[in-house]
Amino acid sequence: MTTFLGLDLAVWWFLVVGAVFTGYAVLDGFDLGAGAIHMFFKREESRRVALNAIGPVWDGNEVWLVIGGGTLFAGFPVVYGTVFSAFYVPFMLFLVALIFRAISIEFRSKEKMGWWHKMWDWSYSVASIVVALSLGVVLGNIIQGLPIGADREFHGNWLSFLNPYALLVGLTTVALFAQHGAVYLLLKTENRIFTRLTLIVRQTLRVFTGLYLLLSVATLWYVPHMLRVFLAQPWLFAVPLLTLGLVLSIGRLVRRRRYFPAFLCSGSIAAMLLLTVAAGLFPVLVRSTLNPAWSLTIYNAASSHKSLGIMLTIAAIGIPLVATYTGFVFWVFRGKVRLDDASY
Amino acid sequence: MSVEILARVQFAFTIAFHYIYPPLSIGLGVVLVIMEGMFLKTRNPMYEQLTRFWIRIFALIFGIGVATGIVMEFEFGTNWATYSRYVGDIFGSALAAEGIFAFALESGFLGILLFGWHRVSPRVHFFATVMVALGSMFSAVWIVVANSWQQTPAGFHIVGSGLTARAEVTDFWAMVFNPSSVDRLSHAIIGSFLAGSFLVLSVSAWYLLKGRFVESSKAAFKIALAVATVSGLGQLFTGHHSANGVAVNQPAKLAAFEGHYAAAAPADMYLLGWVDTKTHKVSGLSIPGGLSFLLHQDFKAPVRGLNSFRPEDRPPVNFVFQTYHVMVAIGLALIGLTLLASWLLWRGRLWQSRWLLSVFVAAVLLPQLGNQVGWYSAEVGRQPWVVYGLLRTSHALSKAVTAGQVWFSLILFTLVYALLFALFLYLLNKKIQHGPGDEAPNTDDADGHLSPASKRNNPVISHEAPAASAAALSHVSDL
Ligand code: HDD
Ligand code: HEM
Ligand code: HEM
Repeated sequence: MTTFLGLDLAVWWFLVVGAVFTGYAVLDGFDLGAGAIHMFFKREESRRVALNAIGPVWDGNEVWLVIGGGTLFAGFPVVYGTVFSAFYVPFMLFLVALIFRAISIEFRSKEKMGWWHKMWDWSYSVASIVVALSLGVVLGNIIQGLPIGADREFHGNWLSFLNPYALLVGLTTVALFAQHGAVYLLLKTENRIFTRLTLIVRQTLRVFTGLYLLLSVATLWYVPHMLRVFLAQPWLFAVPLLTLGLVLSIGRLVRRRRYFPAFLCSGSIAAMLLLTVAAGLFPVLVRSTLNPAWSLTIYNAASSHKSLGIMLTIAAIGIPLVATYTGFVFWVFRGKVRLDDASY
Repeated sequence: MSVEILARVQFAFTIAFHYIYPPLSIGLGVVLVIMEGMFLKTRNPMYEQLTRFWIRIFALIFGIGVATGIVMEFEFGTNWATYSRYVGDIFGSALAAEGIFAFALESGFLGILLFGWHRVSPRVHFFATVMVALGSMFSAVWIVVANSWQQTPAGFHIVGSGLTARAEVTDFWAMVFNPSSVDRLSHAIIGSFLAGSFLVLSVSAWYLLKGRFVESSKAAFKIALAVATVSGLGQLFTGHHSANGVAVNQPAKLAAFEGHYAAAAPADMYLLGWVDTKTHKVSGLSIPGGLSFLLHQDFKAPVRGLNSFRPEDRPPVNFVFQTYHVMVAIGLALIGLTLLASWLLWRGRLWQSRWLLSVFVAAVLLPQLGNQVGWYSAEVGRQPWVVYGLLRTSHALSKAVTAGQVWFSLILFTLVYALLFALFLYLLNKKIQHGPGDEAPNTDDADGHLSPASKRNNPVISHEAPAASAAALSHVSDL
């Protein structure tokens, strides 16, 4: 087996795919969250400021999803094919929601009529929520496992994705993003909308904390295989405990007006949650609920070593480049939003 | 309808819709680089205004391109799960490279292009424009490479059999530079230059006919005409190269292009025609032995025909024939049009030729149609294979997906895309009506006076002052 720095290539590629999806959750998470709370801003100017706070960056953030899809396809084509076709309908709704989010941001400012603005505000907000919710629901199903047969195909009912546990993960994702987005907007705004946001942050944080605790209990109940992994390696409990610590510190940091560290914390929570899932599953990617031997793992679902090696080289060149110009763009648009003649 | 047909229709519909926008983005990207470069060089504010105007149009087009592009990426998994497992080792790497190298580049710098006017210096802004243009070209690179691999697979071996059979990379560079990728990539990129430049030509010609923005429209027209003329000739060249490649690598497709059935006989080249698939006769206008000449420089050279393929290995002949010929006809028409305009420009008679300007207003549709039918002939000509000679389309489906689900998504996307398209046309029209902003009176205008339309369209004169302070500058804020 080919290895690199002591880890075999399938493990490396698991880390790459995980890192890219985490990057997506952290980055687009705040865009989606800003969308989710958009309707809580009442004034036209506040809504414009909120939109322009994500204006220059949301498209670049969304690219992490595109890269995530590509790396999954390249590294674990079996998972890509099986999972995407299993969730045909939720993925189609997800795609339509992504389209509506994009065009709502684009089209809103193109007309001056009040109803036009209102229509796109609603479509933007609902679409952002649907995107976050469906990502969470798919994640919830992956955590529980899917009825995958020996032929590596999905053998369940297409509606089975709507189960209580998955919905809970979905709602938690929405709350997490809303809270993350609210902290991001705190960083980018001032005056009226800022005051309003200090209130919203507290509420979203409360909702998220409640859902997070509920989800933790539900996970122990619904997903015993995950608990077994954690019991076998008790040090893994450090990850959820750290997450809890981060959740608690956000409130404190916001009260002390230390918004940037608070933003880093809320981003880290998203990363920690995905890390918890990854640790609980590894080396399985999608557990088969029919027969554990039919599970898709990082070994039986991976591309050839040759391909993984090539891709690792591409990722090693490309991802630092992406990070550089993402950083550059964030730097150009640093500081509070100022509306000007180029704004949405 | 079977899942296979539905999934194909759904895929074809969504990708055809997507492909309205990328070529425009790629082509406009080049025009923008030239315009903004001219501004940096001459510091003439007219070029800045042009650049800003076309960036606003670019943003609209680009936005829809992005929104519809993500759909495509997910559809490989949702519709073609078996295909995805089969080619993931190869195709996946191209798709991932596309995301990493291309989309991240263009989407990252797009923020600066659109919102950075007051944040960065003109030079850095120009740099961002160049990066966005390069990024959009790179995205064509990887996707067309991947698609070309489907057409002419290379650099791989097949591992396993039955359920677990798949293609694995043995030679990455042979995979990237498979026999058709360079030809097809250059052809698709130049097709995009045509699409973008003809949009600029169309809008500028329309302004000229209306006597609006005369000075800047002439400048834009000249820039776009230069791009279009070179591209038109380049399209003939790369198209010819492609056809030679198809003759070697996909003889069944080439035979379908010209409706050539006889197993080994000299083949004609048709300007237009109709294939009777029962009698194997083509009726139409032809150059006898033309295809033989094109491929072998010999009117008598035999060309392999469809009869040498089993009926189940042949593509749908007439469809491929027609789409191919429409493309070629469009290519020739564009060459004629651009050469004529360039000649008239050189003789100093272009701006008076109102009929020709009118033709240019409508001609924006030609490259669009050419790009569409070009893909149809290339993709349908590949049938019945998804991966040529290796994997049949009927085997590439997602087994977990039912016809009902595909119907659902097909109807959903039809509705959503119809809405998108209507909004796109409405907003595009609105931006074009509005124009590049400032409508300076100018002297060599055919009518020589400031039309009422130009007063109405001048934002500084006409814009009703919005109440909110933030909207003080909103005359350009409809970006
Ligand atoms: C010749 C060029 C070309 C071709 C054949 C395709 N695309 Fe495309 N695509 C582009 C050129 C392009 C582009 C010009 O680069 C776009 C338009 C706007 C943008 O962001 O990039 C784009 C956007 C775009 C996006 C959104 C990227 C983003 O969020 O920025 C995705 C995921 C895809 N495409 C995927 C595909 C797939 C899966 C295709 C075929 C199967 C495909 N494209 C055909
Ligand atoms: C460059 C990237 C592309 C890839 C990887 C690709 C791949 C595919 C695949 C997998 C299919 C489905 C299987 C099949 O029916 O052959 C298909 C079909 C098709 N594609 Fe493409 N395609 C690409 C570009 C395009 C574009 C841009 C168009 C738009 C005009 C297009 C037009 C079609 C059509 C019309 C079909 C249906 C043909 C049929 O009847 O099967 N393709 N392509
Ligand atoms: C001038 C004469 C032209 C010739 C001889 C020509 C030839 C060809 C050939 C042989 C193919 C098939 C390549 C393959 O299957 O691998 C093709 C595909 C294509 N054509 Fe053309 N073409 C011409 C003009 C145009 C024009 C004007 C456009 C649009 C602006 C265009 C756009 C395309 C596209 C997008 C494809 C599919 C992508 C590709 O295979 O490169 N072509 N063309």
